[in-house]
Amino acid sequence: MNKELAKNFAPGHSACQGCGFPAIVRTILGEATTPIVVANATGCLEVTSTIYPYTAWKVPYIHNAFENAAATISGVERAYKALSKKGKIKKKIKFVAFGGDGGTYDIGLQSLSGALERGHDFLYVVYDNGGYMNTGNQRSSATPYGAGTETTPVGKESFGKMETRKSIMEIVNAHRVPYLAQANVAYLADLKKKAKKALEVEGPSFLAVFSPCTNNWKFPTSQYVRIARLATETNFWPLYEIENGKYNINWATEKPKPVEEFLKTQGRFKHLFSEKNKGVLKEVQKKVDDEWMRLVNLTD
Amino acid sequence: MDNKKREIAIKHDIKKAPKTGNWRYMRPEVDKEKCIGCTTCVPFCPDVSIEMKKWKDGEKDKADIDYDFCKGCGVCADVCPVKAIRMLKK
Repeated sequence: MNKELAKNFAPGHSACQGCGFPAIVRTILGEATTPIVVANATGCLEVTSTIYPYTAWKVPYIHNAFENAAATISGVERAYKALSKKGKIKKKIKFVAFGGDGGTYDIGLQSLSGALERGHDFLYVVYDNGGYMNTGNQRSSATPYGAGTETTPVGKESFGKMETRKSIMEIVNAHRVPYLAQANVAYLADLKKKAKKALEVEGPSFLAVFSPCTNNWKFPTSQYVRIARLATETNFWPLYEIENGKYNINWATEKPKPVEEFLKTQGRFKHLFSEKNKGVLKEVQKKVDDEWMRLVNLTD
Repeated sequence: MDNKKREIAIKHDIKKAPKTGNWRYMRPEVDKEKCIGCTTCVPFCPDVSIEMKKWKDGEKDKADIDYDFCKGCGVCADVCPVKAIRMLKK
């Protein structure tokens, strides 16, 4: 066992073989220079890391319901502020909330929005695996266009999810928070840099991290890094940050790969390669290109 | 009072953690001759089972796998740039 990496998040948790989020959690917590308090919304991360009577967390950890990780961490942060004002706590403490895409994009959106607006000093991390993977692959508003899930099944009439995923970065940016960034588990050096910046910021900060799900995206357990890297190389998941309203793209290439390269690695997009779904495949590429152009225009 | 407080404090003891090594059906094995000691595989391991250990004098530390918690996902074998890690049937 690597003691240095297990410092904050121990092995022995029951995340699937080849899951992406343990690396995300360790990288982000590893960048902290002060003690940290973690709140965690219900999701894969919570159910796999805290099976009674065990816990994988070696930092103070609060479990709460699905919808209120941000509200919980705001309460903790405010209590800390009050106590340090009275002189009862002397050291500096940082607060981090982890949530999956279900607990952030859908169920926890209003508590996140409230916490961002109140300007608490915390970092919110969403590990985005595009669906409710822990309950068996139901669609969420982060599920990409065209993906087959349990609640958007593929069949004669349907090609999977027919709606475009929503942009959580835009929603969070509308709160005018000082720092937010989109990162990817395959680019750990970039994630490290962003985590460091986000933890240094006074006030709310936000990280959206791409986290492949081997079980419900339907790919072999050994492939998560490869697939996450393809997501960025095809511009499906661009790496960028927004610092005080200023956009900055962290990774770009002259010739991005066609999005098919990313889609064909996963079983949830298998149906898109049939003859009758050719139009959908084109639509996916168009959506990716449009989104990238929109982003490029914003950086100027 | 103080003593009581200490008794209920939760201590982290890795020895009591469930050994997820019994999930494994494929076993990663490092070819130390091939390994270039680049540490690419180390942070990607979901169960932090890879450590860089001293191998020979005057050479770089090489990847070494601890099988207590390794679930055998094969991520290390996939990310290795020189294919020094092989997945073997048990």
